[in-house]
Amino acid sequence: MKRKLSYVDAIREATEQEMKRDKSVIVFGLDVDDPKAIQGTTRGLVKKFGQIRVFGTPLSEEAMTGAAVGMALAGLRPIHVHIRMDFMMLAMNQIINVAAKSHYMYGGQVYLPMVIRSMIGKSWGQGAQHSQGLYSFFMHVPGLKVVAPTTPYDAKGCLIAAIRDNNPVIFVEHRMLHFQKGVVPRKQYVVPQGKARITAKGKDVTLVGISHMQLECLRAKVYLESVGISAEVIDPIWLSPLDIDTISKSVAKTGRLIVVDNDWINCGAGSQIVADVTERLQGKREIRVHRMGYAPVTCPPTPTLEKLFYPDGPKIAAAAYKLVKGKDNWLPSEQDNLRDIEFKGPF
Amino acid sequence: MNYKFYRSLYRIRRVEEEISRVYPLDKIKSPVHLSIGQEAVSVGVCEALQPRDIVFGTYRSHAFYLAKGGDLKRMIAELYGKITGVARGKGGSMHLIDRAHGVMGASAVVGTTIANAVGFAYALSYQEKSSIVVSFFGDGAVDEGVFHESMNFASLKKLPIIFICENNSYAIHTHLSQRHANPNIWERVRSYGIPAQRIDGNNIFKIYKQVSAAVKTLRSGEAGPFFFECMTYRWKEHVGPGDDFNLGYRTEEERAPWVKNDQLKRVASLIDPKKRQKIENQVEEEIKEAFEFAESSPFPKDFELYNDVFKKSK
Repeated sequence: MKRKLSYVDAIREATEQEMKRDKSVIVFGLDVDDPKAIQGTTRGLVKKFGQIRVFGTPLSEEAMTGAAVGMALAGLRPIHVHIRMDFMMLAMNQIINVAAKSHYMYGGQVYLPMVIRSMIGKSWGQGAQHSQGLYSFFMHVPGLKVVAPTTPYDAKGCLIAAIRDNNPVIFVEHRMLHFQKGVVPRKQYVVPQGKARITAKGKDVTLVGISHMQLECLRAKVYLESVGISAEVIDPIWLSPLDIDTISKSVAKTGRLIVVDNDWINCGAGSQIVADVTERLQGKREIRVHRMGYAPVTCPPTPTLEKLFYPDGPKIAAAAYKLVKGKDNWLPSEQDNLRDIEFKGPF
Repeated sequence: MNYKFYRSLYRIRRVEEEISRVYPLDKIKSPVHLSIGQEAVSVGVCEALQPRDIVFGTYRSHAFYLAKGGDLKRMIAELYGKITGVARGKGGSMHLIDRAHGVMGASAVVGTTIANAVGFAYALSYQEKSSIVVSFFGDGAVDEGVFHESMNFASLKKLPIIFICENNSYAIHTHLSQRHANPNIWERVRSYGIPAQRIDGNNIFKIYKQVSAAVKTLRSGEAGPFFFECMTYRWKEHVGPGDDFNLGYRTEEERAPWVKNDQLKRVASLIDPKKRQKIENQVEEEIKEAFEFAESSPFPKDFELYNDVFKKSK
């Protein structure tokens, strides 16, 4: 029987194993040491490794990110945790102007092994400033790596890869994914960088789903089966470096690409993927492309409008149907078994 | 000690004068923020340190870099954009670094390296090393949120760090009195629970004495941090080799007492003229060699554009 873990426990196990393996790994951020322990991802670490290696911080996002840079310069491998990604905006100076640039700007004299973990919120009225998937900001800047794993298996393997990497890695978690369970090996392993995963085989249309939208794409695949459309689903996992080879190869086969982003469409990861694939395949293969993402508005907390804000399985299926059949006349009704596990707030 | 002070002060002054001299030739392809007039702060502080100690600084980087022992040849080569530069031509004047001598970098964005210095000091505590960290910044940095966040955290964790605020009264062209409701920076820093004091008069001996005492305390394992607000004055324009009194935001009369109080001349008057001449000759020779080294070094090859974006991982 293969062992199953939640996404939360996969993160916690990866952190603990790496801290045990390497004394230079330390973890900090607001509330990493409180009873809730960042949804449980840092539970028990203070007891095992002590308060100097695992500590809660004042909010101070810029200074704490700058401190992570300083620790990395001194030979540590810091993991800095943000309960919500939106707070990273207060640390942009250190991330963009210092962390991303130091190795290059100092001619290779220094390097910064550091991980910044952050969570994207959704539902239960998370609203305007608790629900943004802002990873495209970081994909834009040379010197940063960005990863947004979907499964517990990838969460563990990507976090270990991020900790062992000698560069700043932005590690993006989605709050709804924390509830996911899946097979996670006990041993330490890395999920290789710049390698996407084909999560479901198909031949008519390629669906690329980023972060939580990966689940919605897999749901869309089920709806599409009922109308005889076979979707291939891909999880890019690493957004920087991005595996365009795997996606292009799939699109060369299906001729149709839908990228579903967990973010707004303009200048987003989805736009980047569509542009890269188009550059690869233009003149070689006729393709049709479509981008999906957040509605181009601020995320509303009220449930009726929030439902409209996000792509979901039925909407993605309808868009794929249109791309394949050329007709805009089908929208499956949502099935109860193809919804997120509901959770009660407030957090 | 006076001889060491003089050598370091003279060396920084003359390097920057030489930079000013060659600047119109357009060989230095880098904005330069000269420290002329402010050298006493860097020298007074760095003479109190050991080679293993760490300094972080600002884009006005030449003085602290040289005072801490940063390589002169490779600094000038960096200003010339040559591959032999400290950052292989990718940093420029605002991003000098020399790890071997404990110079851990400088930022163009004001206040930024304060937090980096604090993080380094945290790592030193964890690693149980006896080195200490010095963070240099200007009064402009005190305007930034990261300054206050960093003071709080350094005090909270009692870190082995010394903060040096080089107060030259101006953030580019805007006077402190137009930026701060309370002009006493040291006083505000005390509210974070940090022993803080102001050192007036750009006085190299006072700076050295007080910083040495702080270093001794930290070295003995006692809790930090310490904070010194060192009053000083920038003689030249904010960026570039010239004067800027034509802009009208300050006057030559304001500068006059600082020039009269030049610490280089002050220390020169305290040492034996023959020995002084010898120091000057040695420094002049070293500067000549450094500029020749920069001149004769090659520019980076095209492939260097793509080097060092990422550090390879094992």
